[in-house]
Amino acid sequence: MRIDQTRARVLLAALAALALALGVAACGGGNDNSTSESGEGGGEAAGAIKSNPKNSSVSLTIGSKNFPEQEILGEIYAQALSAAGYKVKTALNLGSETVALKAVKTGQISGYPEYASTALTSFFGLEPEEVSSDATEAWEQAKAEFEKEGLTAFAPTPFASANAVGTTTQTAKKYGLETVSDLKGVSQKLSLYGSPECRQRIDCLAGLEKLYGLKFKSFNPVDIGLRYTVLEKGQADLSILFTTDPQLSAEKDKFVILEDDQHVFPAGNVIFVTKKAVAEEAGPDYEKTILQVQEGLNLKVMQELDARVELEKETPKAAARAYLESAGYLG
Amino acid sequence: MSSPALLAAAGQVGEGFFHERSSESLPCQAKAGEVFCWDWARENIDRYGAPTLQHLEIVLLSVLIGFVVAFALALFAHRTRWLQPPLLAATGVLYTIPSIAFFFLLLPLTGFGRDTAIIVLAAYTLQIIYRNTILGLDNVPASVKDAARGMGYTPRQILWRVELPLAIPEIIAGLRVAVVSTIAIATLAVLISAGGLGTQIYGSGNLTFPTSIIIAAAIVILMALAFDLVLLSLQRLATPWRRAALR
Amino acid sequence: MSSPSPIASIGGAIEFIFASQESNVTGGKKVGGFDKSLELVVGHLEVTFLALGLALIVALPLGLYLGHRGRGELLAVGIGNAGRAIPELAVIALVATLIGVGMRNVAPVLALLGIAPIIVNAYVGVRQVDPAVVEAARGMGMGELNVIRKVELPLAVPTVMGGVRGAAIVIVATATIAPLAGVETLGDFILNRNVYGENGLLAGAILVALLALLLEGALALLQRRLTSDGLKLKTA
Repeated sequence: MRIDQTRARVLLAALAALALALGVAACGGGNDNSTSESGEGGGEAAGAIKSNPKNSSVSLTIGSKNFPEQEILGEIYAQALSAAGYKVKTALNLGSETVALKAVKTGQISGYPEYASTALTSFFGLEPEEVSSDATEAWEQAKAEFEKEGLTAFAPTPFASANAVGTTTQTAKKYGLETVSDLKGVSQKLSLYGSPECRQRIDCLAGLEKLYGLKFKSFNPVDIGLRYTVLEKGQADLSILFTTDPQLSAEKDKFVILEDDQHVFPAGNVIFVTKKAVAEEAGPDYEKTILQVQEGLNLKVMQELDARVELEKETPKAAARAYLESAGYLG
Repeated sequence: MSSPALLAAAGQVGEGFFHERSSESLPCQAKAGEVFCWDWARENIDRYGAPTLQHLEIVLLSVLIGFVVAFALALFAHRTRWLQPPLLAATGVLYTIPSIAFFFLLLPLTGFGRDTAIIVLAAYTLQIIYRNTILGLDNVPASVKDAARGMGYTPRQILWRVELPLAIPEIIAGLRVAVVSTIAIATLAVLISAGGLGTQIYGSGNLTFPTSIIIAAAIVILMALAFDLVLLSLQRLATPWRRAALR
Repeated sequence: MSSPSPIASIGGAIEFIFASQESNVTGGKKVGGFDKSLELVVGHLEVTFLALGLALIVALPLGLYLGHRGRGELLAVGIGNAGRAIPELAVIALVATLIGVGMRNVAPVLALLGIAPIIVNAYVGVRQVDPAVVEAARGMGMGELNVIRKVELPLAVPTVMGGVRGAAIVIVATATIAPLAGVETLGDFILNRNVYGENGLLAGAILVALLALLLEGALALLQRRLTSDGLKLKTA
């Protein structure tokens, strides 16, 4: 059977393209597993995490919501617990706090990092003014509520994050906006963009309407990841941002947040939520390691990590590792 | 567990940890609206390896299962003609329902993950493979079948030795469409945590990072092109009599 | 904690569609209900018809013309194949990030996705008209326009409509993820289960499936009406 020259060339080209695709796949295959290796030995540096062989029989799944700051935290905890000798898997793609909480309750994950303010307002129905602005108090408030359901929460991180109403520096200058209250009388002309659940949340649009008494020209739901894009493109006059966003320091000539003078957006430190039973089974190193590694997470560090992932597009895994190594937790 | 454990005296990050950043000094990937960052792409290409493999896995499994089921259904319907319209309608329904809706319809039954993705993607391929197989079998000229019967072939022999070989080009044509479509739709698997190249489009902040979206899309399209060409060549090779006729 | 059942059920989904539910997220506002469901159905249909219309305006004349003249086979078939390979998620994401959110930006891009099946099928539909029939028509003295209108088009209807239906399917499907780019369609229920809960999620999926099937059914009916009786007899 004589095969035509052209046909042979076509076949060859196809095989080449296929080989290229497989080459890309093979080249990087296995780099991005979600299963961390267990049992990385602790270093000699003081404060390094030491691997405890007793932990190797415990399997943990660390979850987080699916935006960069949460994924970084999840990776930090996961890598730290892995260094402490646990078998660790990650599930860093839970859509929201309700999904995450359900995942803990059903045992799908062992635990995840939650913002104390979100827990109090979203889960336990507190009004923003009832949320304590003291980190330890807020934690204890939340923990007390969690314990009613067989859960618990570990002590908070140094840094806190809050929702904020943000805008471009031009818009702020144009309308003389420095605080959220300055929006009175002006907001009817302005469009607000936020995540879909913002409409319902008391620390978001619902609070702006109810507690600030503001009415906006329109509210447009978009994915959280687009919160700066819509400002940049001039589609949004106002956008819901986070106080830990790296863009606020890296591009401070472009974006600005309005001060929350009525304290509708409570700041939330991160507390690790887990089932009491899971914590007991995992032994003392579970809580100890988590509290140990979050010691170094002050606002500046968290913003730096956020910047690496959101701006420089590093993977959360790499950023977490860099933090753990620089702070001496991992050898 | 009510008091924080005593902590080791670590926690200060090193000197060079913080990078200076300002609007002017932002790298390409940090700037919104940059369409493609070559440097970043070059340095981070290996990030796409595992998702590509996952993607391939899902696609191949789905097409395999879809083909086996659709082929069996077609053989069955070829014999029992009255089954053809209802089967066409049934596979048509599975094709019309958008995959994303289908993923979540199955959620209560099969949950998140790869299995759901494979079931849905396989179901999507059923109509095209079924229809093309039936078409291919129907297009076999009656004269050829008569000749075979005259030569003493049993119906089973006719099917496997005469009808099917003649139907192969049509079947492969359907397979081509099925594979190409599945490769594209499999990007949606990320929405039910089934992995694949969709993770580089939608997951973890990639939504606003055109470079990553473009790379992932390019890999999808190249993969589809490669499979399409390979199958097209197979299709041509499987019809030596047509080539002979052209000479 | 006041929240709807964490398990979705068909009953729960139906309830969600028709009556407002307690939201998973506190803030006092209810979600779901008939008004919202209707709003999203309308939104979905709106962007679908807009995109389909745009696609038809661009691709139909072009495909028919190319088919009539017998030119550009490689182009038409190439576009058809390429169109199938484009991942819709990437398209929506790129629109949202590079062009902008909202119906104005999303509809034209959805139309682009629909152009491929329409152009291929229009081309093939006209090409596969028996040349003998066209010759006979010309022999009868019909002008070119009449040849197209009275001979080629009617004979091409089944194939062309097949392309339109294919375009509709891909547009409805992509419209489902349009909420990522700020267009409110039924995908909202599906993509934002933190707001709408498991019942809302299932409700969204059911509604999308129904909408797609109904649209397909409507187009199938349209095809039957447009197909000349002679053709119907032939394929029966």
